[in-house]
Amino acid sequence: MSFSPQSAPLISAEGLTKVYSSKSGPVHALDGLDIAVPEGTVTALLGPNGAGKTTAVKVLTTLIRPDSGTAVIDGINVLTDPKAVRRVIGVSGQYSAVDENLTGIENLDMVGHLYHLPARRAKERAIELIDMFELSDAGNRPVKGYSGGMRRRLDLAGALVNQPRVLFLDEPTTGLDPRSRIALWGVITDLVARGTTLLLTTQYLEEADQLADKVAVIDEGKVIAEGTSDDLKAQIGGHRVAVALHRQEDADEALSILGRHGSGDPHVSGDGRTLEVAVVDGPAALQRILSELEAGSIELHDAGIRRPTLDDVFLQLTGKPAEEDSETEKEEAHR
Amino acid sequence: MSAAVSATGIRTGTPSLPARWAGDGWTVTKRNLIKIKRSPDMIIFAVLQPIMFVLLFSQVYGGSIAVAGTDYTQFLMAGIFAQTVVFGSTFSGSAMAQDLKEGIIDRFRTLPMSPSAVLIGRTNADLALNGISMLIMMGTGLLVGWRVNSTPGRFLAALALLLLFSYAFSWVMALLGMTVRSPETINNASFMILFPITFISNAFVQSSNLPGPLQTFADWNPVSALVQAVRELFGNLGSAPVPDTWPMQNAVATVLIGSAVMLVVFVPLAVRKFESISSR
Repeated sequence: MSFSPQSAPLISAEGLTKVYSSKSGPVHALDGLDIAVPEGTVTALLGPNGAGKTTAVKVLTTLIRPDSGTAVIDGINVLTDPKAVRRVIGVSGQYSAVDENLTGIENLDMVGHLYHLPARRAKERAIELIDMFELSDAGNRPVKGYSGGMRRRLDLAGALVNQPRVLFLDEPTTGLDPRSRIALWGVITDLVARGTTLLLTTQYLEEADQLADKVAVIDEGKVIAEGTSDDLKAQIGGHRVAVALHRQEDADEALSILGRHGSGDPHVSGDGRTLEVAVVDGPAALQRILSELEAGSIELHDAGIRRPTLDDVFLQLTGKPAEEDSETEKEEAHR
Repeated sequence: MSAAVSATGIRTGTPSLPARWAGDGWTVTKRNLIKIKRSPDMIIFAVLQPIMFVLLFSQVYGGSIAVAGTDYTQFLMAGIFAQTVVFGSTFSGSAMAQDLKEGIIDRFRTLPMSPSAVLIGRTNADLALNGISMLIMMGTGLLVGWRVNSTPGRFLAALALLLLFSYAFSWVMALLGMTVRSPETINNASFMILFPITFISNAFVQSSNLPGPLQTFADWNPVSALVQAVRELFGNLGSAPVPDTWPMQNAVATVLIGSAVMLVVFVPLAVRKFESISSR
């Protein structure tokens, strides 16, 4: 057991680069990525599809070699001693890495054997985890018949067989229904409370907010913003106030009202009638904006506040939306 | 050896290298045997295919194909044995591609296990399936009148040669599966290889009956050497002269050398490939 000071990063990476060749030329999956996760804390890598999140996790978990850069986990060099790294980490990937034909217990028992636990201990641990993840009823059934949420839980259980000090979760809740997502968040929160150091990736700002002490926003293979969830929200504004105008002629006046109460520049969406602005204090700002709009006799179709999403983060940080493939959205955002 | 104690106290011993090699290989073998048990399609393939081929060839073609010095059923069985085990080896290709697609390879690769274990487990499972097929073939063969005309020792040597060759070929297919990565493609691709190497051979007809270039191919084809070796050891040779090529004149040696070469070349290549692959 190591007694590193609380602040020493248990996971650290510096200057990671990885270039893939594709039909349309080289793709810089990682372009100088730096990460530092102190012991006992949770860091979320937040970014859209293709930002390099999965590549980063694969490098740190010994699955792929970077073109350059260094990665150290619990004092072990990932590039020169991958086998030693594998003894201290647990990994749950984006696609449930479980065997369809084996039962839940058989899957976990196999993983226990491959960690070289004594046979009896491997079996015990499998049953413990099946109970912990509320899969007891399905534990002796082949995974084939499991739902998506059950598979995710089993896969996460697989990452915990060896009670790892360092856990990597690549988009743990992508594709899950809201109930399963919240249940999985509960499990992850428990693990972290017991001292597991966690690096997770996500496309959901809300998930990063719920689980992480620190959020690193990544885009095109590097970190473009970093800080606590609160820092990030302060930077991008806590909530969004959106109003839909009845008459387009009111847009200029409404825009200036929103501008006065917002923490950033307001913007107009595609139809020219929906205006939106980031605000610090959501409900109060909405009230002030509504009363000023009323005073200016600007009629509204609709008005409301919403939480910021990954799209807002990206819009704020990069001036472009998160989804790379939607050219029309990009044009609209700049209009 | 060192023993790491994880933060929460589970001892994860590090067994010695050979113990880990064997232990991890066995763990993955067990996984694949359970899969076989639970996928009826694989068992059906392993059981029905040999029955079908033995009956089809001995009953349908038996009356029309003449072999000098013996009846067609005696001549045929070595060919069917060889063809079946070579086909059986291709499971390793599609299974590796399938595991890669499903992402379980990523799980294995993040565990502190021996890097050869998944491949050993995979090729062992092919071996087991081929063993089952061979038992079924023996039974079916005996039913249609096939008899072994040699000693028990030579008979067992023939079975060992078949398993050795097919085991070595499984490693070739496993590497192919990890390279091609699509289970569907690998299935199609392997049939493109399997049909010529098993049918343009002495498995079902005497190569002397084949037209020029095909005859040359057949007489140098390693599968022909396997068939020839097994036929010799079963005591099922006819009276026709053995073709005058080195592999056919020295069939047993050819199979032994060929299998050794496949293992020496493809085991390290496949393990190295495994150490760098990841799903997607």
